[in-house]
Amino acid sequence: MFDGNPIKLGAVTQRRAALLGLALAAGLALTGGARAQSEILNVSYDPTRELYRDINAAFSEEWKAKTGETITVRAAHGGSGAQARTVIDGIPADVVTLGIPSDIDAIVKLSKKISPDWRSKLPNDGLPYTSTVVFLVRKGNPKGVKDWADLAKPDVKVITPNPKTSAGGRWNFLAAWGYAYEKDGKDKEKANAFVGQLYKNVPVLDTGARGSTVTFAQRGLGDVLPTWENEAFLVLEEFGKDKFDIVVPPTSIYAEPPVALVDANVDKKGTRKQAEAYLQFLYSDKAQAIFAKHHYRPIKREAAKAEDLALLPEIKLFKIEDIQGSWDEIQKANFDNGGLFDQLSKAGR
Amino acid sequence: MSEALAQGPIKLPGDEALRPPASVVTERPVVRWLLITIALTFLGLFLLLPLFTVFAQALAKGWAAYFAAFAEPDALAAIRLTLTAAAIAVPFNLVFGVAAAWAIAKFEFRGKNLLVTLIDLPFSVSPVVSGLIYVLVFGSRGLFGPYLIEHDIQIIFALPGIVLATIFVTFPFVARQLIPLMQEQGTTEEEAALTLGASGWHAFRTVTLPNIRWGLLYSVLLCNARAMGEFGAVSVVSGHIRGLTNTLPLHVEILYNEYNFVASFAVASLLAGLALVTLAIKSVLEWRYADDIAAGARRH
Amino acid sequence: MGTAVKPRRPFRQRSVIPGFGLTLGYTLTCLGLIVLLPLATLVVKASGIGLSGIWEVATDPRVFSALRISFGVSLLAALTASVFGGVVAWVLTRYDFPGRKLADAVVDLPFALPTAVAGIALASLYAPNGLVGEQLAKIGIEVAYTPVGIFIAMVFIGLPFAVRTVQPLIAEIDKEVEEASAILGASRVATLTKVVLPPLIPAVLTGFALAFARGVGEYGSIIFIAGNLPYVSEIAPLLIVIKLSEFDYAGASAIAVIMLAISFATLLAINLIQAWSRRRFGYV
Repeated sequence: MFDGNPIKLGAVTQRRAALLGLALAAGLALTGGARAQSEILNVSYDPTRELYRDINAAFSEEWKAKTGETITVRAAHGGSGAQARTVIDGIPADVVTLGIPSDIDAIVKLSKKISPDWRSKLPNDGLPYTSTVVFLVRKGNPKGVKDWADLAKPDVKVITPNPKTSAGGRWNFLAAWGYAYEKDGKDKEKANAFVGQLYKNVPVLDTGARGSTVTFAQRGLGDVLPTWENEAFLVLEEFGKDKFDIVVPPTSIYAEPPVALVDANVDKKGTRKQAEAYLQFLYSDKAQAIFAKHHYRPIKREAAKAEDLALLPEIKLFKIEDIQGSWDEIQKANFDNGGLFDQLSKAGR
Repeated sequence: MSEALAQGPIKLPGDEALRPPASVVTERPVVRWLLITIALTFLGLFLLLPLFTVFAQALAKGWAAYFAAFAEPDALAAIRLTLTAAAIAVPFNLVFGVAAAWAIAKFEFRGKNLLVTLIDLPFSVSPVVSGLIYVLVFGSRGLFGPYLIEHDIQIIFALPGIVLATIFVTFPFVARQLIPLMQEQGTTEEEAALTLGASGWHAFRTVTLPNIRWGLLYSVLLCNARAMGEFGAVSVVSGHIRGLTNTLPLHVEILYNEYNFVASFAVASLLAGLALVTLAIKSVLEWRYADDIAAGARRH
Repeated sequence: MGTAVKPRRPFRQRSVIPGFGLTLGYTLTCLGLIVLLPLATLVVKASGIGLSGIWEVATDPRVFSALRISFGVSLLAALTASVFGGVVAWVLTRYDFPGRKLADAVVDLPFALPTAVAGIALASLYAPNGLVGEQLAKIGIEVAYTPVGIFIAMVFIGLPFAVRTVQPLIAEIDKEVEEASAILGASRVATLTKVVLPPLIPAVLTGFALAFARGVGEYGSIIFIAGNLPYVSEIAPLLIVIKLSEFDYAGASAIAVIMLAISFATLLAINLIQAWSRRRFGYV
């Protein structure tokens, strides 16, 4: 009964062993290949995928021309908070380019992998570009959304990401709060109430800015999407200008997506030179022009093309630090456990 | 018991005359067709429609756009990573499953039920928790964090972490299938072989393995499908580095979040195709070797 | 672990079959390193905030509501999957019709289909502008981004458990018992409810418990279709991910431990059902 089997099975076992060997070899090749090359990792937030694809290519080209070394810049994208968490947990990031300063502060505090004075190590407090929040509405603006006040109207549905996990979500939250604070005679209670009212209009709270955009643009939910300026333009490009309009509110927030070197990682990997050069490159004319092309606001306007700058409208921008103080305080008061957002969602249910 | 399974629906061949009219052991035709309609509608609506959607969306912009999704280096890297992770995780669980089944099915010892329950545990752990536990063990601030940093070993956010998470979520698959199967087959055949002078390993290869091979293949198939498709656990430990630590399911999510819906569904269709192939082979195995895999199939 | 128990009786019964030490040792090593050690780390991490800390996390309104949604919706979904799964199992085993084998194979689709794929497929189907969502929207039912979406995803992944645990038992029902019942004058309905169904109950319960346990922990397919709104459609696994993004490791671990404890209880329930069934009906 078992006569034929041993031979067959032997063959199967051999094949399996061969497969296993192949798999191990593939595994080694995968990790080994990654080591052999000069490579740095940029851990970034959600909407910068297209931006850093261009930036990284431009940097590799320049680095090659300057030093002769081939460099690959890898990128990882996700919600800003989630990305900071991976750095804290040990992702070998050389540089972080996150959506909001408090996420870099969190890495400093929880892992000490970034120097506490990161703001002073690069020009403009580590901000190679800035941005702001504008509104994306459906074509023809059927709900007549013009300013932040319209977002709190009872018949308007607002799509915005979860401020607990998304930097974009936090800027939206702070922008709405700052608007109400300035308008209503600098009354914090009134500003809190306004934001609470606005978040009652939110039917879906995605974890990242990208999730919210997909919900609004692809799934057709909601009337208005307050979002990064660059993200709003990207939607027009990706989904067609005939479907959506951008509404620019008279005032909005000065959004600060900072960059920093992850000191502990570059020293261990021996990539400090490349990583520092990469961050410096972000301040170069070439990179500044790319920021403008992707609808971010470059800090060197003279480096950008006029046609790109023309698309970025004049808005009265306010800095949230001017109202609420340091980023530690902002984060604690609004987004930490038991902060304003938690109080509002508890009250709003 | 298992013969009944092999035959599928019980027909009464030839001897209808001896039995009461069929109507007493089945429902009236109206009821029957109503039930069949309910069942098929339910299956169609809940299972087939989503499957259909994947392929429809993938081909929404034609074949050229469909194939373009696979020409991307990031997609190829994701395919390679998924294959690599499965190629390590599945054989690992295969060896573990056979060893566990051998110990549990062929011997009587104390604490056996507890052992079986513990092997089962990963089934009922949320995938997110499966990822979280490895972060807590291997993360920079985790149990072995300082040691790993000191020795420059990268576990999470690299291949080892992805493989570990994959092994965890597919841990019970092979063992769970083989234990009842080997229990049902008992130990007499192996004992005979041993008495006749075969070595333990030889007895395993020539007696046990042929008996369990179809059940083994069956479980490896399911294990592989789950290994290649795992999302939640891998998502927590991957770090989402493009071209390096993105598996296929993560790549689906990434493309989806880049408004590249056609490419997203195209990659998804690859995974759906894998699922269909798995189901096809599985069904063939079930029809042809029902007896050999039945004991385990009952538990699933 | 198991070997640490000092047996008064011999630890294992004698056998001529070799390899016990090797295979059991290997099994315990793998189990310990891959499953038990990481899970123990989780428990230790969560216990860092103490039992009162865990209680505080569990009773935090947002966490509590996420747990309630995960467990509540999963309960409903497992119930639905069990009812329809029972019908499907019955139809597939008892009746013959064209396409039966195909339908039978399709039941396992959620096993084999990656959850992320199921997630984007369900989201695009049930969105207000999707194939099904559009029709449902006309009659005023919103599915995507509501708890109904979570429900649909959980039914999807729970269905195979509900069908596959019941199916073999239906196949094993002795038709002669049904005949006897019919011959003794019972109506078909009476035969079904009094003779056929009772022995199936343990299997149905097991399938229900498995579908429930799977639904509670499900993440991949749900995040795409649920609105992820706190207090409305935010599930517990997502809250773990959110807590991680907030660098709240202890909080994430606490929720994980709570879920783990309830899953444990479910597993225990399954085992008790099966033990009871063995006593009552003589089989699992």
